[in-house]
Amino acid sequence: MGLISDGTTVFDAGVMASGFGSSLTLIKKSTASSAGSLSFMNGSNGVVFDSTYKEYIIFITNWNPATDNKNGEFSFSTNGSNFGVAKTTTNFRSTHEEDATESGLSYQTSYDLAQSTGNQIICEGMGNGADENSCAILHIFDPGNTTFVKHFICQSSTMAHNNKTHNDNVSGYINTTSAVVGIKFECESGSQFDGIFTLYGVS
Amino acid sequence: MGLISNGTTLLDAGALDSGVATGAMTLIKTLTASSDGTLSFVHGASSVVFDGTYKEYIFKFINMHASTDNSEAQEFEFNVSIDGGSNYNVAKTTTTFRSGHNETDTTTQLSYVGSYDLAQGTGFQGLTEGDGIDNDQSCSGTIHIYNPADTTFVKHYMSNFNVYRHNNFSANWYTAGYANTTSAVNAIRFKYLGGNIDSGTIKMYGIK
Repeated sequence: MGLISDGTTVFDAGVMASGFGSSLTLIKKSTASSAGSLSFMNGSNGVVFDSTYKEYIIFITNWNPATDNKNGEFSFSTNGSNFGVAKTTTNFRSTHEEDATESGLSYQTSYDLAQSTGNQIICEGMGNGADENSCAILHIFDPGNTTFVKHFICQSSTMAHNNKTHNDNVSGYINTTSAVVGIKFECESGSQFDGIFTLYGVS
Repeated sequence: MGLISNGTTLLDAGALDSGVATGAMTLIKTLTASSDGTLSFVHGASSVVFDGTYKEYIFKFINMHASTDNSEAQEFEFNVSIDGGSNYNVAKTTTTFRSGHNETDTTTQLSYVGSYDLAQGTGFQGLTEGDGIDNDQSCSGTIHIYNPADTTFVKHYMSNFNVYRHNNFSANWYTAGYANTTSAVNAIRFKYLGGNIDSGTIKMYGIK
């Protein structure tokens, strides 16, 4: 049953019409506590990660590794079990040290990928101090599409292990025309970590 | 017909009451390209709101794909109008930089792109460069436009796209600037420099 007001459909088929309500839908908030990895898989634990939304945004808050100087990384899956999908990516950084001895803007050849199936680093050299952490915003466009590659854009801010701020800008494409159904976050070398990972869909 | 709950009006005359919490990001309009020369959002036309209702507008671009011109010269671009879409020729001063990396790992880039900025230019502003037209190639990204209806200040915008280029590069494009007018901006147009927009989705949002 729908609800129509003055000729305008407000609700129908169990959903609010576009133009009403917010277009940013909280899908899942996951809190990592000494976790080895954290994943969002379509159809698992209430996660939607398919063609329902044309864009997904993941906010990463206070990503803190158990071991000092570890990278924060992610990878994608097209089948829910294998996260080795080829990616071509680009990575640049602005940085500044607390004692002002170092600053700059530069391309990061060590942290980009050229058709690599490995993890993409988005937060390099995270510190494990009590106040050290990384925060990031990751946009993933149309993961359920089966015609085009899947673009993503990520920006992070890291308080690194050596008391620098890193502003890492990573973007690229997942070079597959299969639907991407999941994403996994890990720390370098399997280091455990804490943090809050929140998945939104953009209507 | 209105809907009243416990004495509180929730909706009437086809609109939610302003006191109903709805979130801060509102989808205004979705356009889907199908071999279109241009796609435009004009205030007051086709249910588009592009005025002082919102202080910020966001446009999302999902898998924009050009029909022709698989070369360096291809670009996805935009311009704005202050006369309801009759003319898209507002002067803009802009700045552009990009990072890039190819699939064979032989080239990386991080550079200012002097050929893609404008200094009071009235032409279209490029948001990407060298878009590929293979079946799986496209670009996706976002533009933020701030307070377009303001009649005191110029109108700022910022954009960020990722592009799968014709030569198998991934390129991350950043463009920002201002439309140098104190007139209200009330329309925006998107197109490719060469050929049609073969396919793609553009979604317009208002931010409360």
